[in-house]
Amino acid sequence: MYTVRLWSVRHARGLASFYQRFEGVLNRLHPLFQRIGYQRLERPVAAVERQVKGLLFDCNMCGRCVLSSTGMSCPMNCPKQLRNGPCGGVRANGTCEVKPEMRCVWVEAWRGAELIPGGLNAIQQLQPPVDRRLEGTSAWLRVVREKNGASA
Amino acid sequence: MKFEDEPVPGYPLPILPGHTSPGRFERVLRAGVFAVTAELAPPDSADPAEVYKRARVFDGYVDAINATDGSGANCHMSSLAVCALLTRVGYAPIMQVSCRDKNRIAIQGDILGGAAMGVCNVLCLTGDGVQAGDHPQAKPVFDLDSTSLLGIARGLREDHRFESGRKITFAPRVLLGAAENPNVSPVEHRAVRLAKKITAGAQFVQTQYCYDIPLLRRFMNAVEDAGLLEQAFILIGVGPLRTAKAGEWMRTHVPGIHIPDSVIERIKGAKDQTREGLNLCVDLIQEVRTIKGVSGVHVMAYRQEESVAEVIDRSGILAGRIPWFPGRDTQINEETGNLHD
Repeated sequence: MYTVRLWSVRHARGLASFYQRFEGVLNRLHPLFQRIGYQRLERPVAAVERQVKGLLFDCNMCGRCVLSSTGMSCPMNCPKQLRNGPCGGVRANGTCEVKPEMRCVWVEAWRGAELIPGGLNAIQQLQPPVDRRLEGTSAWLRVVREKNGASA
Repeated sequence: MKFEDEPVPGYPLPILPGHTSPGRFERVLRAGVFAVTAELAPPDSADPAEVYKRARVFDGYVDAINATDGSGANCHMSSLAVCALLTRVGYAPIMQVSCRDKNRIAIQGDILGGAAMGVCNVLCLTGDGVQAGDHPQAKPVFDLDSTSLLGIARGLREDHRFESGRKITFAPRVLLGAAENPNVSPVEHRAVRLAKKITAGAQFVQTQYCYDIPLLRRFMNAVEDAGLLEQAFILIGVGPLRTAKAGEWMRTHVPGIHIPDSVIERIKGAKDQTREGLNLCVDLIQEVRTIKGVSGVHVMAYRQEESVAEVIDRSGILAGRIPWFPGRDTQINEETGNLHD
């Protein structure tokens, strides 16, 4: 929801630190995940992730979450899906060129990044092109899997 | 300036040490002279003669010609085709590539194809949204953004690989460019965004129209503070306003255009508004020239292309230099017996 999304950016600091702790918890669960099997977990976890992140960030389940580098403002809500910064069409009042009723996700991203410790460095990271095959898959599970060096 | 190794029109120049392209635009930039580029609006036509006609109005005044890629999300002849036509007679086109209409498969193919046709400069853009143009019912692609496109294009040139990792046998030797708009929100972070583009691969930068000189100076200061001046050539976008009304319309309807009230007032107060628009453009160019770190100007004179020559001439920025155009050297030799350098 749009208003919740804006709320999330205003509370980027708290959310980012919660996210960090949450990632720690997920990482510790890796052995359990492995026993159950990541493949089997994919659908239920993705469903939960879709609900939670959908509510907080209007998440589109791109499968490669970059919220911590974008001030907790999801760049996939940009009509051009820009993951490296705003386009040149942002309106004077900070709203979107394509959707004038929406605030530019990148104007929001910088607001959020200013609240998160290290956020202004993170926002400068180059983001690679999206792997469209990951759409709809769980970014949470992927992060844990990749961090723990598991392949499947 | 005249190059000693001037090729037959349509053939590449030798690549000098430290250069990435066999093009004259890179030669001009790296020579350190104040460069001039202009925007060519591709015709709504399949007639090549119209392309040449549109290029000819710039003869002797610009170093490179930008061929827009469906600018404003309107349908026109493709940038790739315009560029291919222009290289045939020796012009130095800048192929604009927008992420709006093509995915990474098509775009990488176009860059290889453009380079094969003699295109030496590629400007990587995100592109306007389809809602802005004449086909709002079209599907916007946006598979890449301009920054990731720069990275991919650099990968083609330097790693000789597609984004997929697959090898290519002959790399496109192209100078890569990016756009920036110093005028729009978040203004204070625009230099950071530009830094990302330069890290990704941008070697030259062409900006949106800059009518607000104090704002531009602040932007250029931030660019300098970020240490970017040595890393990319920055060309500032300028253009004449036909009337105050046209300026008013542009700033309210065209995304990303910022024109201060003082500029509109100046045009409005003039007896001949179009003339005053040209005067203003000359003044802007002369001011831009004094700003540290500016390597040139990019003139966008949509539907006033024929006035570009006059504006450049009056601004004096070429300082006697005559940029190459088809037939330049024979023409000048006939006229004066030698060529001004």
